[in-house]
Amino acid sequence: MNNPFRLTIEGLERVIMSLQQKGYDVIGPRYSDGVIVYDRIHSIDDLPAGFVDELTPGMYRLTKSGNRQFFGYTLPPQSWKRFLYPPCRELFTLRKDGRSFGLTPKEDRSPAYAFVGVRACELSAISIQDRVFSSGDYRDEAYLSVRRRNFIIAVNCSQPAETCFCTSMGTGPKAGAGFDIVLTEIINGESHYFVAEAGSDAGTSLMEGIGAGGADESDVGAADETIRKASAAVTRIMDTSDLPELLAENTDHPQWDDVAKRCLTCGNCTMVCPTCFCSTVEDRTDLAGRIAGRTRTWDSCFTMDFARVSGGNFRISGKSRYRQWLTHKLSSWVEQFGVSGCVGCGRCITWCPVGIDLTAEVGAIKRGSTKQESGGSR
Amino acid sequence: MKPQDLTESLHKHPFLSNMNEELLRTLTSCASNVIFNEGTYLFHEGEDAKTFYLLRSGRVVLEVRGGERGQIRIQTVGAGEVLGWSWLISPYKWHFDAFALEQVHAFAIDASCLVSKCETDCHFGYEMLRRFSEVLERRLEATRLQLLDVYGSAIGERGENY
Amino acid sequence: MTGTSNIEMRIGSSPSMVPSVAIVRRVIWETDDTYTLLIDPPRGDGRTFAFNAGQFNMVYAFGTGESAISISSDPFRMNILAHTIHRVGTVTSALSRLRRGDTIGLRGPFGTSWPIEEAVGKDICIAAGGIGLAPLRPVIYTLLRRREKFGRIMILYGSRSPLDILYRVELEEWSKAPNTEVIITVDRGDSSWKGHIGVVTSLFSYLKMDTPSTLAMVCGPEVMMKYTCEELERRGLSAAQIYLSMERNMKCGIGLCGHCQFGPKFICKDGPVFRLPQIKNLLDKKEI
Repeated sequence: MNNPFRLTIEGLERVIMSLQQKGYDVIGPRYSDGVIVYDRIHSIDDLPAGFVDELTPGMYRLTKSGNRQFFGYTLPPQSWKRFLYPPCRELFTLRKDGRSFGLTPKEDRSPAYAFVGVRACELSAISIQDRVFSSGDYRDEAYLSVRRRNFIIAVNCSQPAETCFCTSMGTGPKAGAGFDIVLTEIINGESHYFVAEAGSDAGTSLMEGIGAGGADESDVGAADETIRKASAAVTRIMDTSDLPELLAENTDHPQWDDVAKRCLTCGNCTMVCPTCFCSTVEDRTDLAGRIAGRTRTWDSCFTMDFARVSGGNFRISGKSRYRQWLTHKLSSWVEQFGVSGCVGCGRCITWCPVGIDLTAEVGAIKRGSTKQESGGSR
Repeated sequence: MKPQDLTESLHKHPFLSNMNEELLRTLTSCASNVIFNEGTYLFHEGEDAKTFYLLRSGRVVLEVRGGERGQIRIQTVGAGEVLGWSWLISPYKWHFDAFALEQVHAFAIDASCLVSKCETDCHFGYEMLRRFSEVLERRLEATRLQLLDVYGSAIGERGENY
Repeated sequence: MTGTSNIEMRIGSSPSMVPSVAIVRRVIWETDDTYTLLIDPPRGDGRTFAFNAGQFNMVYAFGTGESAISISSDPFRMNILAHTIHRVGTVTSALSRLRRGDTIGLRGPFGTSWPIEEAVGKDICIAAGGIGLAPLRPVIYTLLRRREKFGRIMILYGSRSPLDILYRVELEEWSKAPNTEVIITVDRGDSSWKGHIGVVTSLFSYLKMDTPSTLAMVCGPEVMMKYTCEELERRGLSAAQIYLSMERNMKCGIGLCGHCQFGPKFICKDGPVFRLPQIKNLLDKKEI
C-alpha cells in the first residue's frame, strides 16, 4: 500500500463536504423502503450505519445490526449503472413545421458524480461498461462524458454474501484499480476509522486537502486482515476454466431445457446486473402529432420483443433467451470486449424470483458437456 | 443417331455422369432421342407412365389441375435434369401434366425395357435406383423449401412496429 | 475520470443516435407490398453522403419510429438515395405514405459492405431471395459500371410469385449486359409465367461455374441463405468464397443496444455482410 492515510469518521464527513464544494453530486448508499439504495447523500448521517443485508438465492433481507459500521451491508439491488447509464434517457425532440421537422438533440446535462462506497466487483463492472461504451468507433458519448467527470471512492468489502463469487471472477473483495480513493472500514473496540489509499492524483490531492494523516503499520495490518477475512468468507465458486468455449460449444445442452422450466423470463437478472447494457428506444408524439420525441431505455434480452424482426422472431423460447443472456455474459462477451461480462456480484442470483444460480447452471453444463462426453469421460 | 453416338451423348448428361461404359450401354439400348415443340405436353396426369426423360435443352413445367384455380404450375425442370419417376412406382401413372415451355430436346428412356434390364441385372438396377434416389431426395428438399414460403411474412407478425 | 482505463476514451464524433433530416423525392411501388423510397441524401457539414454497397441506414418516420433498411441505390450516384422497403408494420407503413417534399430522419450509413475489390477479376455469383435483392442492387450497379474489371456475372433471383419480383425492368436490362446472366425463379407460378418455378438453389444446376475463380454474394431470408450456401459448397465453392448479409432486430445500428447479436457478432457493426466462415457455426444453431 503506498502512502496509506488514516481517515477518521469526521474525515469522511470532510471528504463528502469537499466533494460537494468541488461541485460533485455525491452519491452513496442510504436506507430507503427496506433496501439500501445508491442515492444523493449530503453527509455521513445519510449513510446506512448499522444495516446488514442477507443475500441468498431469491432472497434479500435488510436488518439493523446495532453496530456502527457505515458499509456493513454487502450489495444493494441497484448498481451504479443507473447513474452512468441511466435507465431512461431522452435522445432528442422534434417539432413538425409544415411538412418538415426540426430536430433538437437533448443536451447532456448530467452532473459530475462522486460515488462513495463502490465495491471492488462494482469497479470491475464499471471498467467493463467503459469497454462496452468505448469500443472502437462505436462509443456512447453521453456515458463517456459522465465517466470523464466521475470521482470514485471505493470501499473494500468486509462481509461477502452467500451469493457472492468475486474471488472466482478475480474482481474482489479488494478493490484493485479504477478508484480515486479506496477505503477499508475498521471497527476495533471503540475506534472506528478508515484506512484510505489514493488511486489517482485527484484522490491524493483530496486526501491531502482535508488534512488526513498517515496510517501506521497496525492500521494497515487491520485493513489487510479485514480483506483477508472477507476473501476467505466467499464460499460460492464459479468454475471459469474454459468457460467461454464451454458455453459456445454447448448450445444444445439439456441443462438449458432444465433452467427454462424454472426461469420466468422476467428479466430481473438483466436489470440488476451491473454490466448488462442492452437498450431499446421508444418513440412518441403529442396528441396533435406535432411534437415527437425519442427516449432510450434499458431493455432485456428476456423480453419477447428483443429479437423480433418484421419477418418473425429469432428467440421465441424462454430457453433460447436464458441461453442468450448467460452465453453472452460469460462467453461471447469475451470475444466482443476482451473480458467476461460477469463480475461475480451475485445480484442476478439474489434478485431472481426463483433463485436461479448461474454458477450452478454453469456447473451443470460443465458436468454434462458434450466436450466431455466426446472425450469419453462419461 | 448410331448407338455409339447415343451412348456418348448420354454420357454427357449429368444424371449419368461417371457411369461405367457397360451400364451405359445397357441403358442406351432403352434410350431414344425425342423433341417436343414449345407449347405441347410431354405427358398428362393419369396416363400410363411408360418413359422418363433426361432433358438436354429446353424447359418443362409441371402442372397440377387445380379445378377452379386452373392449371397450377408447381415446378420447372430444365436441361441436365430428370423428368419423371412414376414409371418406377405403382400404379405407374403420371401425377402431373408436363408442358414444354420451350422446344425440348431429351432422351426418352423406355420404362418397360429399363425395368426388365434392372430386374435381370441387379448391379444395373441398383445403380439406377441410387441415382434416382439422389434426384428424389433433392427434389423433396427443394419442395420443402418451397413449402416454407420463405419470402412471405411469418404468421401473426404483421402489424408489429416496423 | 477514473478507471482502469487503458481503454481509449477520446472525445470525438462517433456514430450518433440523433438522425439527420432528409427530404423525400418519391415513393415508387415495386409490388403490392414493397416500395422504394427515394430521398435526397442529407448534407450535414457540407459533406456528401457516401456509402458502400451492402450498408444500411436507420430510417426514421416522424413520431412513429425507426427501421434498419439497406441502401438499394447506386453508390456512384451521390445525389439520390434509395431504400426498398417491405411494408409490414407501423414504421414501414408510415414511410410508405410519404410524398415528395416530406421529411424523414436518417442515420447511417452503417455496417460492413460487399467485397467489391476482392471480386475484381473474378466471376461473381449473386444469389438473392425476395427483398434480399435490394441490398445487392448497389453491387450490381457497381459491377456493371466497371464491367471490364470483373469476369462473368451470374444473378440468381428467387421470388415468391411473378407479381413479387422486384426491379423487373432493371433485371431485364442487366441480363443484356456483356457476359451477364440473370435467372429468375418463383415459388409459385401462374399460367402466364414462362420462367423458372422452384427454389433458388435449383437454379445452380443450370450454371457451370468456374468454381475456383468465383465469389458468391447471397442475401435473402435466413433459410434461403442457409440452403444456398450449402448448395454453393456442394458445387465446389469454399466457404471463404461466399459472402452473405444477415438480418436481426436493430435499435441503434451502432453496436450499443445489443439487440442484433448473433452469437458473439453484432450484425450492425461486424455485419451485416459476413464472409461465411465468420458465422458458419452459428447458422445451424436454433434460436441463436
